[in-house]
Amino acid sequence: MSQYDVIGTRAPRVDAPAKATGRAIFVDDMSMPGMLYGALLQSPYAHALIRGIDVSAALKLPGVKAVVTHKEAGLVKYGVSPARYDETIFCYDKVRQVGDNIAAVAAVDMATAVEAASLIKVDYEELPAVFTIEEALADGAPLVHDDYKRNISAEVHQEFGDVEAALKECDLIKTTSLKSKRQDCAFIEPQGCIATYDLSGNLTLYSSTQTTHYVQRSLAMALGAPVGKVRVVKPYVGGGFGSKASASHLEMAACLLAMQTGKPVKMIFDREQVFLHGRARHQFVHTMTTGVKKDGTIMALKHEAWLNGGAYSSFGIATVYYAGSLLGGPYKLPNMKYDGYRIATNLPACGAQRGHGGVIARSCWEQQLDMIAEELGMDPLELRLKNIMTAGDVTCNDLDMSSLGMKECIEVVRDASDWKNKKGKLPQGKGIGMACGFFVSGAGFPIYRSETFHCTVTIKVTEDGGTAIVSTASAEIGQGSDTTFAMIAAEGMGIPLGMVRIESGDTDFGVDLGAYSSRQTLMTGQATKQAAENVKMQVLDALSKELHVPVEDMDIKKGYIVFKKDKPDLSALKTRYIKEHREWTDNPSLDDELSFREASRIAFFTKGTIVGTGMYKPPELGGKFKGAAVGTSPAYGCSAQIAEVSVDEQTGRITIEKMTDAHDCGQAINRTSVEAQMHGSMAMGLGEALFEEVKFDDKGRLLNGDLAEYKMPTALDMPPMEALIVESHEPNGPYGAKEVGEGNIMPTIAAVLNAVHDAIGVRIHELPLNPERVYLAIKEYREKNAKQ
Amino acid sequence: MKKELKFVVNGQTYDLWIEPKTVLVQVLRDELGLKGTKRSCDSGSCCACTVLLNGKAVKSCSILALQANGKEILTVEGLANGTQLHPIQEAFLDNWAFQCGFCTSGQMMAAKGLLDENPDPAREEIQLAMDGHLCRCTGYNMINEAIQDAAKRLQTQEEQGGAK
Repeated sequence: MSQYDVIGTRAPRVDAPAKATGRAIFVDDMSMPGMLYGALLQSPYAHALIRGIDVSAALKLPGVKAVVTHKEAGLVKYGVSPARYDETIFCYDKVRQVGDNIAAVAAVDMATAVEAASLIKVDYEELPAVFTIEEALADGAPLVHDDYKRNISAEVHQEFGDVEAALKECDLIKTTSLKSKRQDCAFIEPQGCIATYDLSGNLTLYSSTQTTHYVQRSLAMALGAPVGKVRVVKPYVGGGFGSKASASHLEMAACLLAMQTGKPVKMIFDREQVFLHGRARHQFVHTMTTGVKKDGTIMALKHEAWLNGGAYSSFGIATVYYAGSLLGGPYKLPNMKYDGYRIATNLPACGAQRGHGGVIARSCWEQQLDMIAEELGMDPLELRLKNIMTAGDVTCNDLDMSSLGMKECIEVVRDASDWKNKKGKLPQGKGIGMACGFFVSGAGFPIYRSETFHCTVTIKVTEDGGTAIVSTASAEIGQGSDTTFAMIAAEGMGIPLGMVRIESGDTDFGVDLGAYSSRQTLMTGQATKQAAENVKMQVLDALSKELHVPVEDMDIKKGYIVFKKDKPDLSALKTRYIKEHREWTDNPSLDDELSFREASRIAFFTKGTIVGTGMYKPPELGGKFKGAAVGTSPAYGCSAQIAEVSVDEQTGRITIEKMTDAHDCGQAINRTSVEAQMHGSMAMGLGEALFEEVKFDDKGRLLNGDLAEYKMPTALDMPPMEALIVESHEPNGPYGAKEVGEGNIMPTIAAVLNAVHDAIGVRIHELPLNPERVYLAIKEYREKNAKQ
Repeated sequence: MKKELKFVVNGQTYDLWIEPKTVLVQVLRDELGLKGTKRSCDSGSCCACTVLLNGKAVKSCSILALQANGKEILTVEGLANGTQLHPIQEAFLDNWAFQCGFCTSGQMMAAKGLLDENPDPAREEIQLAMDGHLCRCTGYNMINEAIQDAAKRLQTQEEQGGAK
């Protein structure tokens, strides 16, 4: 039997009733008295000088209340990483991508705002533009930003161990590459916000965001307001996956318009704007050289990566670091060299997406490891097991695997998929492939350098002890974090889940860095646990004084006080409680156990409102080298996955027949929630493997900026998925828990690539695996074989 | 020039005057305040805005409100009977058929349209019927299972003589 009452169950989501009835309020469902509507004027050119902006016609249009440009917004540089603040709220000297923001209008309705924006005259002088990595690096190429020489917006050079020396000792050295395409997060709810500004100077932004804290700080910095005067509130959010993890121009513009007009201003992206400002997955081009011994021992990895970053840096520095650092495990790898380059181009800026930076690198390497296993005559699964890290291992780049059920995950998927009877034994056209991966449970450091707590949580008990209200600025964006924290709080206080109410996503509730880098379960979870235990101690402390029983001789379980030794006489306490609830029909009897409600009521008499607080900051983490901050984490979750596919060799069409996934999430807080994350991750990974690609024309304009032409998985594409939870105990996690949101996307693409090879013998080194690419690869493979 | 729109939404009769170009989702959300129906792509490609028009699933962003004139609309707000959830809602809730919940109203309405026509659909039939309904969170399997579960619940309800 579980030692826990709430943790590890399959409790329904706390937001389920609201979402099942259509009552969950998203930002576009909100309105306010006197609310205005805002629209952006965006650049039609990918690269152009701004010679002049004339807003007079827009201002004259009836119904227009304000027009703002860089003149009103100022030129404060902001962005994600302070080392690369390279954006202003509005462009002033030039535009760097189609969709770059020139101005914003507030008007009485959306149609008027859009019309007014179209009346703004901008005098552009078009400049030559660069769209590909090759174009951007060419001699004499125009610079996207003058500061980024050769258009390199960030570069990383790291070496751990001695790669060249190690390669000399290897029996087999293999070099391969993988090229991916830009992907979009494609959440179903477009970003939107409502900004309000009162005459006392309080700015409040309701926004579809993953990171209220970073938005609050960015607004305060760019608009020149104290942080305490800026409040960011997140209503229900319709998915994020990375794109909603930083302040957007939409949010900045809405706040500016609200400050100018003194009225609430609502702004919502249309779907094309989501694609233009999505800041999702970069395009990656990886080349890797791996050296192994005859027995399969991995000796060294030499890795070069090129990222097409688009017009602004956004998360890009972290992205290019992650692309290297997340190869340090989960295999024992003593020598690793990494050279990564993020290139600025005149395409829309890229940022973070689920599995930040690591997904394509992982895909490239895991396909290569399969090729190595094949050449060595080894089962690729055995090759992985031979090199696998276990708990306590530290990677060559100082990532401490404080818990790691990677080996168990491999064994679980091997057995569940019947790997041994299928690998290499399926009929032509059918194949099975596997891969592994791991991911951080929260970035070890905030995005800006700071000693800040990563999260603070308070729990307030209502005066009757009936409800404990958990307040956290963390972001429930669909992943289930509210449910997770409500469960942790209930367990920590020793009360049923039904007695906990959670309110989240509001900067007034404290600091929380938000939903990114799979950090909330571990970090906000720790702060919630601490706050809950703090509440419990306060209640027991008050009780101890009343009953003269030492605190350590008492506990709270399932909503009742547990007396570990002799049960004291409770009649006086119970009588006091019953006396002040005279004529109430649900009073406890004198013989009942003492409930949390009664005890909390007694505690209230002496202490006032019981408020428990908790906070979390990661312990000191390893790595003193440049860039060590990216990849270090208090814990790492890991996954092994097996894909079974069939390939139609006439058309090149791949069908995924089945996915089997095992993930080590530490202690599962809510088992169904863990499985739900595993399913969602696999679906996103399959989309990237098979279909997804944001396309542009030769002027940098979107070709498929809508959900019809941007191909992502639908119900018909999805195979049965088996999600198998492997539990370890993570010493740094709350109740031993760690991440599940992103680790599962790491192996998916490679599992498919390896399965395709098992099916038809063809290796493909470019994504997505759409029928055309697969068909041509088959054709090329056959022509090559025919010649031999 | 405004035209008259007279229709029934969730059992309530409405008589409105609207611009002829107004699409149904605008009337539902902006005129009637039924915010449970979501707007996402505005181009008929995601199905988040699905409602039932005389029992058939339609994308409310892609039909004119006037096409509903004289007809009956059912939205997510009309699914539950007071505080008693519809079996489809119960099944979605119990099977974790949503995460962010933004596509959920459309998914549930389409599920109702499907189950009204085919009370016992196989996994593949559900996949086919729900194909256009984009969801980025769940990976669809849990939605499919919820619909199979809802079919069972409706069956039981019918056997007990309490079908809605």
